[in-house]
Amino acid sequence: MLRIRTRLVVTLAVAALVLAGCGGDDNSSSGGSVGSSNEIKVFAAASLTAAFTRIGEDFTAADGGTKVTFNFAGSQALATQIQQAAPADVFASADIPNMDMVKDLVGTPQSFASNLLAIVVEKGNPKGVKGLDDLASPDLKVVLAAPEVAAGKYAAEILGKAGVTVKPVSQEDNVKAVVTKVSLGEADAGIVYVTDVTAGGDKVEGVDIPEDQNVTATYPIATVKASNAQDKAQAFMDLVLSDRGQQVLEQYGFLPPPTT
Amino acid sequence: MTAGARHRRAGGGSRIPALLLVPAGLALGFLAVPLAGLLARTPWGNLGAELVTPRVLEALRLSLVCSLGAVAVSIVLGVPLAFLLARVTFPGRNLVRALTTLSMVLPPVVGGVALLLAFGRRGLVGQWLDQWFGITLPFTTAGAILAEAFVAMPFLVISTEAGLRAMDRRFEDAAATLGAGRWTILRRVTLPLIAPSLGAGVALCWARALGEFGATITFAGNLPGVTQTMPLAVYIALETDLQAAIALSLVLLVVSLAVLVALRDRWFPTA
Repeated sequence: MLRIRTRLVVTLAVAALVLAGCGGDDNSSSGGSVGSSNEIKVFAAASLTAAFTRIGEDFTAADGGTKVTFNFAGSQALATQIQQAAPADVFASADIPNMDMVKDLVGTPQSFASNLLAIVVEKGNPKGVKGLDDLASPDLKVVLAAPEVAAGKYAAEILGKAGVTVKPVSQEDNVKAVVTKVSLGEADAGIVYVTDVTAGGDKVEGVDIPEDQNVTATYPIATVKASNAQDKAQAFMDLVLSDRGQQVLEQYGFLPPPTT
Repeated sequence: MTAGARHRRAGGGSRIPALLLVPAGLALGFLAVPLAGLLARTPWGNLGAELVTPRVLEALRLSLVCSLGAVAVSIVLGVPLAFLLARVTFPGRNLVRALTTLSMVLPPVVGGVALLLAFGRRGLVGQWLDQWFGITLPFTTAGAILAEAFVAMPFLVISTEAGLRAMDRRFEDAAATLGAGRWTILRRVTLPLIAPSLGAGVALCWARALGEFGATITFAGNLPGVTQTMPLAVYIALETDLQAAIALSLVLLVVSLAVLVALRDRWFPTA
């Protein structure tokens, strides 16, 4: 009994030391005293999860093993985190307003992709949703992203343009949660990015929103001024904007950025 | 040992060992500093204005409705369960007790997913509720109450069971020999004797229900006026309106403090 307890104490002590060691490492890299850190932190909109994970792998392979850590969440949550001085090196937003929220804290943003929105329904479309007008039906449980979320803002814009009043049963905190509620069968329909329908797998399918009713979501990317790894952050941004990066984004259903 | 010495021992002694003081002080600071941070950033000037916006009032009202609903569900179902656990010996009782407390240690988001898979429209039980009675729980206030009861009920069960185990059953026996029926004994003897544990259980259960976030947003969704309780409103507000989020947090903080103060005589008897 005593031996076991001693062993436990020793294990805990070792664990504490290891953890403390990690903390020290982290400090030295983010403190920038080493010169070049071996990790960059990319804050990216939830809808970019699959595409950016792939681009991150390419970056690590090309840049001598530099680790890319992602923080995927709603753009509005990421913007707030950056305002509260979260350690980000790159910020990729799903809309321009959230990038504008942090414009004093980031370099010059560049648009790198665009996305359209679609109605997401369960596989086989059991409720026979054909278009935006059907979403007004009281028999249909519709979930949207919250108005604070980029996807929610776009959905409101689309419904406003089409003159359709929808009473959602829930306003989800990010666009992926909308897809989840539909794929679980709890909701009948939602409005999400075209790319989320693709990423949603075989439980869901999309109903197109006609071009004249749709809006184009523009995705801007920028390096964060407070970053200690400016070079690597810029390199990541360059990769996203390069042909290779654009190819990956296209694979995941994104459209090229609007040409202006 | 003199009375004075005994008194000193009971009071913790006059010399505080540094070995104790340093980690204890750190612990206290660790727990208190975040609260200080909240208070330091509170917009005291327009706190009143922040708190009477329709959105805040709606969330506050909904939080009260849902948390009190969860307490009611917990009393109706949880107290009998506590009696069962404390008074009846049956095979697998320890397993039942572990099951009872499972939702206390389960991450609430996992609880929410589990609730969806059980009571959702396609869930184990939910599909029958939907087909037979046309009842669907997700995205409804009833769903929010269910989610809160799921995480909060164990607090009431545990507290009540502890009270029942600690009470002297001879009072019940005495009442029985005097001709009191079971209902009378329950009402006049047992419940008054366990009232402090029951009260503490209700208070804890209510506080936990009031603060519930993960299971609620996962199972019941987030819609102002229907399922958006205070913690959900804080979370959503945090992403766009920090001032409102802080004001809302402060309300939750005050409520939690009030519960603790109300319970202090039970848990922190003043020497």
